[in-house]
Amino acid sequence: MGVPLVQVRDIAMKYHSPEGEILALDGVTLDVDKGDFISVVGPSGCGKSTLLNIIAGLVRPTRGVVTIDGRPVEGVSSLVGYMPQTDQLFEWRTVWKNAILGLEVQNKLTAEKKEFVQSLLARYGLWEFRNAFPRQLSGGMRQRAALIRTLATDPQILLLDEAFSALDYQTRLVVSDEVKDIIVQERKTAILVTHDIAEAISMADKVAVLTRRPGRIKAVHDIVLTCAERTPIKCREAPEFRDYFNAIWKELDIHAG
Amino acid sequence: MQVKDAAMSPEHRAYLRSLRRKRRNIAAARVLLLVALLLLWEVGANLGWVNPFITSQPSGIVRTIANLYRDGELFRHIGVTVYETVVGFTLGTLLGTAIAVVLWWWEGLAKVLEPYLVVLNSLPKISLGPIIIVWIGSGSAAIIVMALLVSVVVTILGVYSGFAQVHPDRIKLLRSFGASKGQILLKAILPGSIPTVVSALKINVGLSWVGVIVGEFLVSKAGLGYLAVYGGQVFRLNLVMTSVIILAIAAALMYQAVVFLEKLFTRWQQ
Repeated sequence: MGVPLVQVRDIAMKYHSPEGEILALDGVTLDVDKGDFISVVGPSGCGKSTLLNIIAGLVRPTRGVVTIDGRPVEGVSSLVGYMPQTDQLFEWRTVWKNAILGLEVQNKLTAEKKEFVQSLLARYGLWEFRNAFPRQLSGGMRQRAALIRTLATDPQILLLDEAFSALDYQTRLVVSDEVKDIIVQERKTAILVTHDIAEAISMADKVAVLTRRPGRIKAVHDIVLTCAERTPIKCREAPEFRDYFNAIWKELDIHAG
Repeated sequence: MQVKDAAMSPEHRAYLRSLRRKRRNIAAARVLLLVALLLLWEVGANLGWVNPFITSQPSGIVRTIANLYRDGELFRHIGVTVYETVVGFTLGTLLGTAIAVVLWWWEGLAKVLEPYLVVLNSLPKISLGPIIIVWIGSGSAAIIVMALLVSVVVTILGVYSGFAQVHPDRIKLLRSFGASKGQILLKAILPGSIPTVVSALKINVGLSWVGVIVGEFLVSKAGLGYLAVYGGQVFRLNLVMTSVIILAIAAALMYQAVVFLEKLFTRWQQ
């Protein structure tokens, strides 16, 4: 195995406010290989999203370094596509105009790229809806449109920041199936941050568990599930699922109240 | 869900019919109310229940309008006032939005200016009238500045708070594409704030009428506000009532025009 695509080395992050300083992350080290789908789970407030923002180059860490494809991250890069918690489709733009937003911003809206976005929309069932406005779409379609917007700039790595947390349970299951399928088809590397253990296990090849603040990697599990179809919904029924769930639950050390 | 005509049940048909009847009744009642009030006013004035010298009367108002029209004065006065109002609220809205953009761009400046804006917002702008007249003179320009001043501060505050409501994730998304601050402004902040700006426009229409009419009370030689004040001074109540009624109609029409604009600009919401 070659050099990991993403190398997170000894990342620490401090936040300052008038009330004092908070150490959100302290010494996070993590490798993500090309083509991997890795979930990062942790209790709320453990700095999961901060970690994602640092990998995306949106926030600079207090200490440590992230390298992508061997180069240290010093700002946003077109190698990385970021998916926020809610789809954030622009209501006044049609599906098509939303899908090309990133290309427009990067001034890369060539005929070739347009064709690429057209093919993405066609492949994932949104071509007929290219002239529709976001409010005319179902929750699942919106999520797909948001994913295509991210894929349009052809990033190597997708960062999903609690990307499904705003959806209701049923939609969420369907959407995670669809998103997983698209990410596999497009051969992307993905890092999903979530507080939902079941979602983390069902979608990923690896699950990294973060400790409570200050966040540190407590364990990394290789997920091997025996299920006929490798889709998140089906894999929730795999016999190994419960064992992973229980192990991670224990590691998270969640106390009610 | 709409039910096709053929599949409509008798109950539903009856329901629709009663709905239509209700709507018709309300429209009829509205017209009747107006006619009754006008009749009562006219008859009352003719029979001496009220003194038409003080209250004016509908036939007198119609006569006044006809006279103004014959002299070519009617549309001159309406034109002057409408022009001042439209220019006033358009400039007020544009300038207010532009200042809000500046404040968004330089957050430090917004923090510094905040208390001043709060004070300016609570100040009755009409009180600046005498200052404006001294500085700008007693022409149309002074009246437009009045109309502008009345609306500009409200616009700054409303639009700026609209900018602040744009979801931080949306800005983060654009930044992840490498967007510059200017691109964030043009792609997310401004288009996302169009509903806020249009609703500011709706408020500003009303405010600018106030600014213009008070301005005309103070200085002008033409316009509906001038007519009303002049009519009052020479005790021609027909003239005062005429200008008030035309004003009411013009203001309502202008408001409807802005509502139409709003629909045009926010089609994606429907």
